[in-house]
Amino acid sequence: MAGIPHDHYEPKSGIEKWLHKRLPIVGLLYDTIMIPTPKNLNWMWIWGIVLTFCLVLQIVTGIVLAMHYTPNTGLAFASVEHIMRDVNGGYMIRYMHMNGATLFFIAVYLHIFRGLYYGSYKAPREVTWIIGMLIYLAMMATAFMGYVLPWGQMSFWGATVITGLFGAIPGIGPSIQQWLLGGPAVDNATLNRFFSLHYLLPFVIAALVAVHIWAFHTTGNNNPTGVEVRRTSKAEAEKDTVPFWPYFVLKDLFALSVIMTIFFAIVAFMPNYFGSPDNYIMADSLKTPPSIEPEWYFLPFYAILRAFTQDVWIVQLAHFVTFGLVDAKFFGVLAMFGAIAVMALAPWLDTSSIRSGKYRPMFKWWFLLLCIDFIVLMWCGSQFPTALIGWISLIAATYWFAYFLIILPLLGVIEKPGKVPATIEEDFNAHYGQGEAAHPAE
Amino acid sequence: MIRKLTLSALAALAIGVGGSAVQAQVVEPEIADVPFSFDGPFGTFDEHQLQRGLQIYTEVCSTCHGMDLVAIRTLGDEGGPHLPADQVKAYADAFPVNDTASNPQFIDAASGNPRKLIPSDHFPANNSMGAPDLSVMAKARAAFHGPYKLGINQFIHGIGGPQYIVAILNGFTGKTKDVAGNTVYENTVFPGGWIRMPPPLSDGQVTFADGSPNDVKHMSEDVAAFLMWAAEPHMMARKHAGFDGVFFLIVLSSLLYLTNKRIWASVKGKKTA
Repeated sequence: MAGIPHDHYEPKSGIEKWLHKRLPIVGLLYDTIMIPTPKNLNWMWIWGIVLTFCLVLQIVTGIVLAMHYTPNTGLAFASVEHIMRDVNGGYMIRYMHMNGATLFFIAVYLHIFRGLYYGSYKAPREVTWIIGMLIYLAMMATAFMGYVLPWGQMSFWGATVITGLFGAIPGIGPSIQQWLLGGPAVDNATLNRFFSLHYLLPFVIAALVAVHIWAFHTTGNNNPTGVEVRRTSKAEAEKDTVPFWPYFVLKDLFALSVIMTIFFAIVAFMPNYFGSPDNYIMADSLKTPPSIEPEWYFLPFYAILRAFTQDVWIVQLAHFVTFGLVDAKFFGVLAMFGAIAVMALAPWLDTSSIRSGKYRPMFKWWFLLLCIDFIVLMWCGSQFPTALIGWISLIAATYWFAYFLIILPLLGVIEKPGKVPATIEEDFNAHYGQGEAAHPAE
Repeated sequence: MIRKLTLSALAALAIGVGGSAVQAQVVEPEIADVPFSFDGPFGTFDEHQLQRGLQIYTEVCSTCHGMDLVAIRTLGDEGGPHLPADQVKAYADAFPVNDTASNPQFIDAASGNPRKLIPSDHFPANNSMGAPDLSVMAKARAAFHGPYKLGINQFIHGIGGPQYIVAILNGFTGKTKDVAGNTVYENTVFPGGWIRMPPPLSDGQVTFADGSPNDVKHMSEDVAAFLMWAAEPHMMARKHAGFDGVFFLIVLSSLLYLTNKRIWASVKGKKTA
């Protein structure tokens, strides 16, 4: 791997040399685990490890669940109860898997917003960012399909509503919807393919995660100052960095352990907190539940989807310009996917030459507003859609787009950035003073 | 608890109904908290209460309601009603496997003869009156969403399923009316205000061997506790695992904190103001 100059693995014993000549796998692991890491990373840099842990947790618990689950509309609900009642420790495995999805999304949102604040998406880390967005999309698809598997009321009606979004595409929509469902409505064919894909996608995510890590190991980690590690010589690089092992491994493990304590308490003491009670009622295609709720992690985008109703001028304009092809329903779908698309385009929309939001006096406030906006959207998504909620959603959705499409490009031009430290070492020493042992012993 | 979302115009459009979806906001009646022995992280099931609840379920509820996800053998489990083995067997004896009423699926409709199938050791399903199955009912209803709709109080009170069941059983006003040939009964807790279930419990209806109080209030609490166990039979084991796990993780976190601090000390040097 290219990147920051550092020591590489040197095979010493005979067997190490023998293997290294044939498969340099030990060297690859060594370089990965010993990567020079900016020593000023703060506690917002722990979410990557938490996310990796979540992926492993979900795959491991998921594989065990799949051993006992039956993807059949007549048996799925009972097979989940079989896991909860008869499988040894099954109730713990299932509750961990259920709440694991929630931890996964809490971590991914904090990880994404950390990247947005510290400018982690900017050159040369655009590819890392784009792959991250693909992982996020794959996560949403996986979570959605996983929620259908217990075949409760919310599983069934959630699947009906979400696949209905594809039906909103003009012309080909209904055909696409039918193709996705494997029939005219959500039924056994749907459940089977969702199970199959729910098992497959995590491995796609795992592969994308490997590429994600590969990409940022090539560019090096970003850090709270946004200043690059000096690469002119190994000696200089060592002033800015410490090796990942043991410094960040221990720090990340500590953070992970604290988060696991909270996670485990929720799994053991209030496991159904994030779920819907309606999903303990078996799916019934003849009984629409009084309310259909997406899981909490979809709520902000659900609010954007609902915000663009028939009476909004931009919807009417789109309707007029496209000769009626784009109606309110399709506009909402476009807005929902567009909200993620504009976020993915952040590397090219942000014109500021300063990477970290820490040194951008105006950006800070707009970013804070974006965080609040996200929470407001989440709240709106959870509310009954009254006229007032509609208005708040519309304003919040507008800000989401404005942040990426107008504010980020403009700020880079009009903003006067603050003073950025020259090196990571300078920033680190400003925090901790220049101890005599400022250089770690290798 | 994430607030319920109402199926909006979007959903109706998405499933192709089109037009205007008439949907009233669901107003959930206030449900009083009933303190149960199993509330909160330290809560445990009261074996005797579960046994009384089983008796009420058997003598009253099972007339119309099934419970086919619950295995009869689990009545003997620790952390449940914990009946002795001979009583579990005696209980199971009451359900003949080839009985057409409780096991219609074992009878071949064409010939009327029993089929060669492996019999289930579960409580029978019961669709005779169209009453919902009670296996997971205590988890399928939620009464508590506070404070500020955050639902954090579930940590102390649970989601409120058993409390909802108690409220339903005590919510009858005594008024009835006819809807399309069926009598419905006014119930202040049931969504819509009218329920097809007649008031199932009356004072003194069930006689307990140990002379426990058998008024409607006490019986409704006993049967609600039993249904909570039926819905979540491993609740006590889960909480136990929670204490072990949280204790272990706190120790682990403390050790990792100290290790991390020690490792970074040489890098950070002495902190200066």
